[in-house]
Amino acid sequence: MEPSPATTAPVSTVTATSAIPAPVQDTRPAFDAQNVSIFYTQKPAVDGVTLQVPSRSVTAIIGPSGCGKSTFLRCLNRMHELVPGARMTGTIRLYGDDLYAPEIDPTVVRRRVGMVFQKSNPFPTMSIAENVTVGLRLNGVRDRAFLRERMEQALRMSALWDEVKNDLNRPGISLSGGQQQRLCIARAVAVQPEVLLMDEPASALDPIATSKVEELINDLKKNYTIVIVTHNMQQATRVADQTAFFYLGKLIEFAPTRELFNNPRQPQTEAYITGRFG
Amino acid sequence: MPAATLPPANAVSRETSSPAAVPRDNRHGWRKGKSTLASGVSLACALIVITPLGFVLGYLILKGASSLNLAFFFNLPAPVGETGGGVANANVGTFVVIAIASVIGVPVGIFGAIYLTEYGGRRFNSVVRLGADILNGVPSIVWGIVAYALLVNHDVVLFGHTIWHKGFSTLAGGVALAFILIPMVLRTTEEVLLLVPNGYREAATALGINRWRICVQIVAKTALKGIVTGVMLAVARIAGETAPLLFTALGNRFWSFQFHGPITALPGEFAQGFAQPIAALPLQIFSYAISPYDDWHRQAWAAALVLILLVLSLNVGLRYLTRDRVVRVMTKP
Ligand SMILES: Nc1ncnc2c1ncn2[C@@H]1O[C@H](COP(=O)(O)OP(=O)(O)OP(=O)(O)O)[C@@H](O)[C@H]1O
Ligand SMILES: [Mg+2]
Repeated sequence: MEPSPATTAPVSTVTATSAIPAPVQDTRPAFDAQNVSIFYTQKPAVDGVTLQVPSRSVTAIIGPSGCGKSTFLRCLNRMHELVPGARMTGTIRLYGDDLYAPEIDPTVVRRRVGMVFQKSNPFPTMSIAENVTVGLRLNGVRDRAFLRERMEQALRMSALWDEVKNDLNRPGISLSGGQQQRLCIARAVAVQPEVLLMDEPASALDPIATSKVEELINDLKKNYTIVIVTHNMQQATRVADQTAFFYLGKLIEFAPTRELFNNPRQPQTEAYITGRFG
Repeated sequence: MPAATLPPANAVSRETSSPAAVPRDNRHGWRKGKSTLASGVSLACALIVITPLGFVLGYLILKGASSLNLAFFFNLPAPVGETGGGVANANVGTFVVIAIASVIGVPVGIFGAIYLTEYGGRRFNSVVRLGADILNGVPSIVWGIVAYALLVNHDVVLFGHTIWHKGFSTLAGGVALAFILIPMVLRTTEEVLLLVPNGYREAATALGINRWRICVQIVAKTALKGIVTGVMLAVARIAGETAPLLFTALGNRFWSFQFHGPITALPGEFAQGFAQPIAALPLQIFSYAISPYDDWHRQAWAAALVLILLVLSLNVGLRYLTRDRVVRVMTKP
């Protein structure tokens, strides 16, 4: 078991075992996407993207609306399969494992690759505590002490523990918008995925809540690989180690964030970051 | 979401800055008149909706309340020719028949709806939906005939064993009502499940929870109070059904379930009870109402009052209990 994250306070290490693996320490790229195309209709929404996402770092995906950012993100944990008729070609490997191999169960993929959505969506029937542990409980974890430990750990990692520790039994949806989003992040990290995907996680939040979420992302990257879609280029420069620019379903440029913003190689990238379109 | 709560600034300025778009003539009075007329008509219609309920309730109280007393609730019907007696067996019978219908119909309706909203394909769903809507429109007496044909008119034989002997019975009554219950529960449950925002399904999917658990523990649980409301409305509807019971439960002036003998005989006696004709309030009302006796007429009024109060309290009580969750499902993201 790896050392616990040093976010707000020291956290006791998890002792109980669970069905869900802890984040791996691996120097290989987290994701290795080769020639990935995704179709909702005849026209590809993502078109031949080849991209390697480095482990334990933050990768941002930027690009104008409708360019396939969310679609690409969702195929990294097979969430696009929820859309009837969606097809995907190419291969995606997670630390070497082909996510689309026929024998792979998509629910296992999603346990390894967690996701946070634009709109915070705590389950309305559940308390704060239940919301955090739901991924473990509904995957068969019964050990109460273990659940309690994971819950505290996840809430600390999400920088929410101090705000909610005294009313863990309140409904999750009674929190503020920013707190709800951090609760959703806690819910995602509680199952200890290897990667966290975030689709515009701060776009519905005010600046203070946004900066909390950004701080959180910076903390989380010690343990997690994070892929974040954002419309906010400042945000990309603040949180991302490398940035991918998508345009019309294609990956136009992928470079260290500073490099991409300071001297873009492609004219479309330059046009986009200087605000000439998008 | 701040964007949603802030007034759209440009919309306001557009209206005030371009008065030419809205011609200002003297038709203001006419428009106001039209608006008053429209609200008057809708008020009248709303009153028309509520009036029959008022009349029915008022008339039943007028005719039936005087015959209502504890003895009426707790006594069996008096032997034919004697006055007095009550509807104890019909009260119990109504509950038993409804319970059988619910045990069969509610799970089928709910799980069917879960299949439709969470699994089914578009074409299959529209076929099932159309089917359920047609079934909802089938007169209830038809369901009585169906149950009659299935369970009253012939034995049920499975692998050479006769598992059910024909005859009027509690079970046949319950089955007839279950037929009515299933499409109603299916449709109302489906409507509520569709109200559950997709975000919850996505969030749960992204946690690697398997599909079936998402359906039951997340989606159905979120919609629980709405589902309960729908089920209770459907149950209230079948509580008053008479026609389907005429061919099936038939009615009974005595207890259908009689427990005597040692406790070990209970299951057998229970099975016996289900195979007996059973009393139910609507049947009792029907047979008393068409009888020539004044005393039975009075009892029919009283029983009708009991039945409508039962249905009314079921409705009002459950609406009260379930009010907040349904609203929450609809308004929260
Ligand atoms: N469920 C769907 N069914 C059909 N087409 C879809 C679906 N979702 C997305 N698309 C199409 O795929 C393309 C890419 O959409 P996507 O949501 O990935 O864009 P995006 O880059 O995330 O945009 P935004 O910044 O607005 O979120 C768009 O042309 C869109 O119309
Ligand atoms: Mg998007």
